[in-house]
Amino acid sequence: MERVDEDTLQGLREMGAFGLQVPAELGGVGLNNTQYARLVEIVGSHDLGVGITLGAHQSIGFKGILISGTPEQKAKYLPRVASGEQFAAFALTEPSSGSDAGSIRSRAVPSEDGSHFVLNGTTRDKVTAFIVERSFGGVSNGAPEKKMGIKASNTAEVYFEDTKIPMENVLGGVGKGFMVAMEILNNGRFGMAAALSGTMRYSIKKAIDFATARTQFGRRIDSYGAIQEKLARMAMLHYVTESMAYMISSNMDAGSKDYHLEAAISKCFASEAAWSVTDEAIQVMGGMGFMKESGLERVMRDLRIFRIFEGTNDILRLFVALTVCRGQSLVVLQQALKYPAPTGSHRVNPPAPGEGAKRAKRAIGFADAGKIDDAVAAFGASSETLLMKHGKGIVEQQFLLNRLANAAMDVYSGMVVLSRASRSLSMNLPSCTHEEKLARVWINEASDRIQLNLTALRSATSISNFEDMAAISRDLCEHGNIVAQRPLGI
Amino acid sequence: MSLRVLVGVKRVIDYAVKIRVRPDKLGVVTDGVKHSMNPFDEIAIEEAVRLKEKKIAKEVVAVSCGPTQAQETIRTALAMGADRGIHVEIPAKEVERLEPIHVAKIMAKLVELEKADLVVLGKQAIDDDANATAQMTAALLDWPQATFASKIEKTDGELTVVREIDGGLESIKVKLPAVISADLRLNEPRYATLPNIMKAKKKKIAKMKASDLGVDTTPHYDVVEVNEPPVREAGIKVENVDTLVEKLKEGGLV
Repeated sequence: MERVDEDTLQGLREMGAFGLQVPAELGGVGLNNTQYARLVEIVGSHDLGVGITLGAHQSIGFKGILISGTPEQKAKYLPRVASGEQFAAFALTEPSSGSDAGSIRSRAVPSEDGSHFVLNGTTRDKVTAFIVERSFGGVSNGAPEKKMGIKASNTAEVYFEDTKIPMENVLGGVGKGFMVAMEILNNGRFGMAAALSGTMRYSIKKAIDFATARTQFGRRIDSYGAIQEKLARMAMLHYVTESMAYMISSNMDAGSKDYHLEAAISKCFASEAAWSVTDEAIQVMGGMGFMKESGLERVMRDLRIFRIFEGTNDILRLFVALTVCRGQSLVVLQQALKYPAPTGSHRVNPPAPGEGAKRAKRAIGFADAGKIDDAVAAFGASSETLLMKHGKGIVEQQFLLNRLANAAMDVYSGMVVLSRASRSLSMNLPSCTHEEKLARVWINEASDRIQLNLTALRSATSISNFEDMAAISRDLCEHGNIVAQRPLGI
Repeated sequence: MSLRVLVGVKRVIDYAVKIRVRPDKLGVVTDGVKHSMNPFDEIAIEEAVRLKEKKIAKEVVAVSCGPTQAQETIRTALAMGADRGIHVEIPAKEVERLEPIHVAKIMAKLVELEKADLVVLGKQAIDDDANATAQMTAALLDWPQATFASKIEKTDGELTVVREIDGGLESIKVKLPAVISADLRLNEPRYATLPNIMKAKKKKIAKMKASDLGVDTTPHYDVVEVNEPPVREAGIKVENVDTLVEKLKEGGLV
């Protein structure tokens, strides 16, 4: 059954799950971003197909109306979608336009009397966003796609043929559609990190249950270093992801508008961390993990799409690197380090500027905090050198940008765990010494990776490797197949 | 007649948590352990809310005696439909020494202050399994009691209560005001919906101390030792019935 069954949908409607962030006076639950994150974490730990059914509806579906809609648009549409009576969808890509969302071909022409637009699915100079109801006519959809995972969530092509859209249904202004779409996507990304931290919790619990019950060679397998490292790495990846999700949500709740970079990092990081964690959970369980019955096979399939949709991780890495190169967001990163915002809604007072890492070091003996300070400095110098060398041509240097993005992700991840662990230590939470270990190992290893990635930006060997790899790829594509001959010659 | 109902809700270690004894053997580990509302108290709240929905009750007040976090338990009750809460704060280190008689005295005093007509409590809490508070409260108030209720119906000025007793069901009538203790099959508690959880944040919780109510919470007994239940020994497989009988005799079991 490739859909969410009606009973479950009805239960979710009654719970208010379709309008979590819609204001209460418009029929929603009125949650802030942190509250929303906590709930999607629960959904993510149970079923990502249901998660995406809810997310497609409210995290992107009607999010545009919520953030860019006029008061009239909100009053007209939000109550209908918040109740779950009508489903909202977000239509952005086309068969020939995926990551390059600015290249869409659908055309909307104003009618002669100026009262409405006529939308057809076939370039406009500027993209405009519209609220389209199925009842406007000329809206049809293809059969549900056959997918690898999140099968319960319906994915289908939508066709528009002479669809008449009233003028008042332009969303965010004529020609502002690309901005609206990017706002929607940026605004929803932290939710994926939250949902996936729930998924990771599920996978890790499975691995722990198995490791503590399974005996091999006369010992429980959790007593072996090979398993211990896996469990510890799973816990660290989860800790980082969860910290990112709640730091971003609490910053958004505090009114921050400049979270695009962090949100992009969290989506990349979470989708890869969840994949790795679930993959390793299966590995801990060995042959049993491969069986459907273990409950991890579906999770693995469901997870795969998260590295692809809502901005592929490859595009997001370029976005991260270029944003950092533009310089503004490095300031943001540095600012964030000066004010390590506590995660979650229980805020503690920020320390004085420039005191972040020092405070962590002094107040709680967090000797590794300084490493992140050093990394930010090294990072700043590297991105500047890169920009001076390549100028505007930097956009073509994707081998380099990729590494710069990885370094940025490590810097940010180090900062969020530093912030979270120092908060736990200063509050003396029961798990604070455990968290200190998670943070220490993570920051040590992240600092090493940052060095490696930054060195790769200027080392002659790595530059020559990049040139070789580009050439290898060209050979493959010219040849249309593997180029190297079999050792057998036949 | 529309009743004001007082319902007791206790914060206990969640039923799904594996309980561990503290190293000092004087109690169990509670730090960093998931807590939730005592399941029998959920049933009690549910019944009170249903009485309100049937217009038999006019107001449902949830009472919890416990540490600061007991307010979370009260919030759960408010999200399920209770109208307001009363938190009788017991310092964290005194909570495990709080006895049924203390809680019964607090409940009796609150009944008087709130002019309540009905008290609904869970039949027992899943942590200390005392099964005594409802009975003691009724005695202190000199009210009739209907314990282990599996069905409650209102008939003019009286309640018909079906009780779960050994070997069957017993139907009794009690005059109001009364104290009821809820058994497992009384109802199936609802899940709080998200909109109701949000609304519950705005409902009022009054805070007070046991001393404000004139109740002395000095313990009447000391805990000597707390131990883990014995670990179950592994069994053996036997070939046939004769061997089984023989082994049972050997073990002095038949």
